[in-house]
Amino acid sequence: MTRDEAFLQFLLRMGDNTLILGHRVSEWCGHAPVLEEDIALANTALDLIGQTQMWLGLAGEIDGGKSADDLAFLRDAWDFRNVLLVEVPNGDFGRTLMRQFLFDAWHSIMLGRLMTSSDARIAGIAAKASKEVTYHLERSGDTVVGLGDGTEESHARMQAALEYLWPYVGEMFVNDDVDAEMAKAGIAPNPADLRDEYDALIGHVLAEATLTLPESRFAHKGGRDGRMHTEHLGHLLTQMQWLQRAYPGATW
Amino acid sequence: MRASTDQVWEWLDAVPDPEIPVISVVDLGIVRDVRWEGDTLKVTVTPTYSGCPATSVISMDIETTLRAHGIDDVQIDTSIAPAWTTDWLSDKGRARLEEYGIAPPQPAGGPDRCPRCGSKAVEKVSQFGSTPCKAHWRCTDCLEPFDYFKCI
Repeated sequence: MTRDEAFLQFLLRMGDNTLILGHRVSEWCGHAPVLEEDIALANTALDLIGQTQMWLGLAGEIDGGKSADDLAFLRDAWDFRNVLLVEVPNGDFGRTLMRQFLFDAWHSIMLGRLMTSSDARIAGIAAKASKEVTYHLERSGDTVVGLGDGTEESHARMQAALEYLWPYVGEMFVNDDVDAEMAKAGIAPNPADLRDEYDALIGHVLAEATLTLPESRFAHKGGRDGRMHTEHLGHLLTQMQWLQRAYPGATW
Repeated sequence: MRASTDQVWEWLDAVPDPEIPVISVVDLGIVRDVRWEGDTLKVTVTPTYSGCPATSVISMDIETTLRAHGIDDVQIDTSIAPAWTTDWLSDKGRARLEEYGIAPPQPAGGPDRCPRCGSKAVEKVSQFGSTPCKAHWRCTDCLEPFDYFKCI
């Protein structure tokens, strides 16, 4: 794998994570339990999709002059490089926020490292996104604590959410050839090197939330290398890409 | 005769933010540079939040305004680094925000007083508000809810 090929894969991984999670979170728009949460979820989705424009915009530039929209709307499931965690269905509000927290924690640590990337474009995007993600993490962490250490029902739901989502966490910390190439060039860290910091961060919040971390380290994989997505991604894409599929090239 | 950059800054200071029209795009700190390159006027803008839908409207408003002042050759460049910060809000902008009922950003991370009655007894309702740049707060004295311009 050449440096350029690895760089493109890296950008797709970053941009597809934010795109797919942004879309998932936007599914709550108009459906959240209370107005404030509806607005918060929509704003979070908006930030993530804005970040997608930066990541996929850069990916498209180096991939033969495509636009971020081309990459978002004209690729099929096997071309996506997001981790499986972000494509699983929302479930209830608690599971959505638990997923957000588990992702935000990784995202904030990753962006923190990318701010010192040897590539100035990556460092610039990371600095911008990091401000927004710090805020996301503050909110999702607070909500996990509020619901985890809440009523008997909210606690049970948050514990169930954690157990459902936990097997999807490990994929964020797997190293492969792309990561090795990026680490060698000083562009991005090896994901595995983020794990200790991640475990400390979530351990602290989950303890405050009175939730118990599952012991198993089993991890579903196949999203970030595109080898095997869950069946949920295709369903998501049929909605997200419908307009461009039905009316190719449509603009408004 | 082409307009001086000082003149252009003045014109841009009359372009309102589309979401918060009491402040200008210059007050907001998103116009980073204005310069002539040959006959082309280059304006560099930086987005507030990466997904803020107002960003594209702002670029369009800037272009429309400059054309109305007779500048036909305008190029708007977007720059994301250094990242926009609320430190770039002008003092005039901060004062206008408060008069309008939006508490200006504070390094402490929350409003220092209610923009309506001035009470210090305020509490957060939600970390997010009506636009990406604002959070939702409430005054426990006058009981009015208000927007707080987040400090980033």
